[in-house]
Amino acid sequence: MVENSNFDMRVKFGQKYFDSPVFTASGCAGSGKELSQFFPLTELGAVVTKSIALKPRSGRATPRMAETPSGMLNSIGLQGPGIDQFLEDDIPWLVANQARVIVSISGESVDDYASLARRLRVVPGLSGIEVNISCPNVENRGLVFACDPVASREVIEAVRRNIGGELPIIAKLSPDVTDIVQIAGEVISAGADALALINTLLGMVIDIDKQRPKLAGKTGGLSGPAIRPVAVRAIYQVHSAFKNTPILGMGGVSCGKDALEMIFAGASAVSIGTANFGNPTAAIKVKKEIRELLLERGFNSISEAVGVAHNE
Amino acid sequence: MTGINRKAQQRSVEIISNKKVGAYHHMVFAVGDMATFAKPGNFVAISVGGSNSSMILRRAFAIYRSSDRGQYGGTIELVVAPHGQGSKWLTSLEIHDHVDMVGPLGVSFGIPAQPVSALLVGGGYGSAPLFGLAEVLKERGCRVDMILGASIAGKIYAPLEGKRSVNSLTVTTEDGSTGSKGKVTDVMPELIEKYKTEIIYSCGPMPMLAAVDSIAEQFGIMHQCAVEESMACGIGVCMTCVLPVKDENGVIKMTRSCIDGPVMDGSRVIWSSNRQIPEGTWGA
Ligand SMILES: Cc1cc2nc3c(=O)[nH]c(=O)nc-3n(C[C@H](O)[C@H](O)[C@H](O)COP(=O)(O)O)c2cc1C
Ligand code: FES
Repeated sequence: MVENSNFDMRVKFGQKYFDSPVFTASGCAGSGKELSQFFPLTELGAVVTKSIALKPRSGRATPRMAETPSGMLNSIGLQGPGIDQFLEDDIPWLVANQARVIVSISGESVDDYASLARRLRVVPGLSGIEVNISCPNVENRGLVFACDPVASREVIEAVRRNIGGELPIIAKLSPDVTDIVQIAGEVISAGADALALINTLLGMVIDIDKQRPKLAGKTGGLSGPAIRPVAVRAIYQVHSAFKNTPILGMGGVSCGKDALEMIFAGASAVSIGTANFGNPTAAIKVKKEIRELLLERGFNSISEAVGVAHNE
Repeated sequence: MTGINRKAQQRSVEIISNKKVGAYHHMVFAVGDMATFAKPGNFVAISVGGSNSSMILRRAFAIYRSSDRGQYGGTIELVVAPHGQGSKWLTSLEIHDHVDMVGPLGVSFGIPAQPVSALLVGGGYGSAPLFGLAEVLKERGCRVDMILGASIAGKIYAPLEGKRSVNSLTVTTEDGSTGSKGKVTDVMPELIEKYKTEIIYSCGPMPMLAAVDSIAEQFGIMHQCAVEESMACGIGVCMTCVLPVKDENGVIKMTRSCIDGPVMDGSRVIWSSNRQIPEGTWGA
């Protein structure tokens, strides 16, 4: 291994610095407590929490999961305790354990997002807010916000108005759109400080014995290494158009090489989702390997490596 | 979940035995001090398929037995049914091969403080954790009766050394190929009355657990069951393994079987065959 204690792992989203370029992906790290049995959460750039809604949500019926080649489908349906209990239980524990915290929020209307932002504005100890806009908009026939440039913009504007200037806003986009660069442009001009790319892709598995969809919710989100090329492409396209907006890359990252692809495509940091399920210490492994692989390639910091795949 | 999995470790473990027994494989792993913390009802999660595998999720297996000292140091034994691709891969491994194991995981069976009369009911390979449980109960001076059921004789897992730790063993098969013909629940009432059962432990397929629970309720006997839901992570981070369970205040919540289970109080589980979110569930 190449030694260089000066290697700079820091990343910056909005006004906040993070010491590590490896985060956990929303919905893939429980409340943080569960993973803390395997490594100290202070090793992470931040824990990105499961997407929290205003009210408690039971989530979908089971089966909620189907393994697919190099991936999985999930239809959890954003099960969670709702913002009140979340602020009472999850956040104080994370803060007390010195974890950096980015809260992911989800809503069914623009007002939901605005209310959530108002609630979070006054919570001490947070490092950012990730806005999960891959949710159905009940006010627009259930059309997913992230698939509609206007709705995407409205959500981010509402969060921006209500969150104040301190906390960085990370808008999390869906790859299930015709033109992700257009959506990225809308949310950036609406006030997003950074982008999280990508959320899951909508998929389905049919059980050929039962002759029915395998998941109770019929469709589910595809994640894991199977979607990595889609993520790398999305990051590349968006970085190409918006060089100054940092990107939190995710989608099938399970080792340092995967992370490097995303960093070279234009990500400033990566989130680990599905890989936590197969390997509880995946985040630690990725962090260590990013450093080694970048040093081997002559880089002295993450920031030097961001987007180098775009060089002529 | 507080405190659960505090002793969990992730390590590369060596296979020291792999034998076919009926429809299953009995496998022994040298696990070091992971064995020290394993209790009946705990499970382990194993990576399958090798390092270039397209199977990205671990497979969960209930611990059959564990021992913290012996020729190979600490060992954990599993009974593996080669059903799917992952378990087929695992059972095809040879002695001295290594696998990546996380464990011990989950909530174990509660052991009564007093010596009581216990009835252990297992379905198929679900009998595996019950033998380790029987040993612990026996050490505490409990009376231990066991019922094992399966569709056919080859799916009954009842090794000789396991039988030594029970006072009575009753076997049922649906086709009558061994033991009495029928289901475990057909013989339960008689045994409960005969042995004055004070606690029931069960492990096996969900419909069986539901049927066992209704008998437990009918007789007013405490019932601890190890539930079986498909798991993506086994460590409480993915929310795929949930089932509806009443909490201590009677509120139904979609509860993780990996970390708030697999052992649960049967009377708190909302048993239903249609797998919908029951009415009144928190957040429904
Ligand atoms: C079980 C599961 C639950 C998820 N829950 C959320 C969620 O609550 N909010 C969200 O924005 N993304 C959620 N995601 C998406 C992930 O955060 C991530 O964007 C996606 O899975 C791609 O990364 P990966 O391949 O590393 O998992 C979830 C993914 C999985 C597999
Ligand atoms: S299997 Fe992932 S939470 Fe239980």
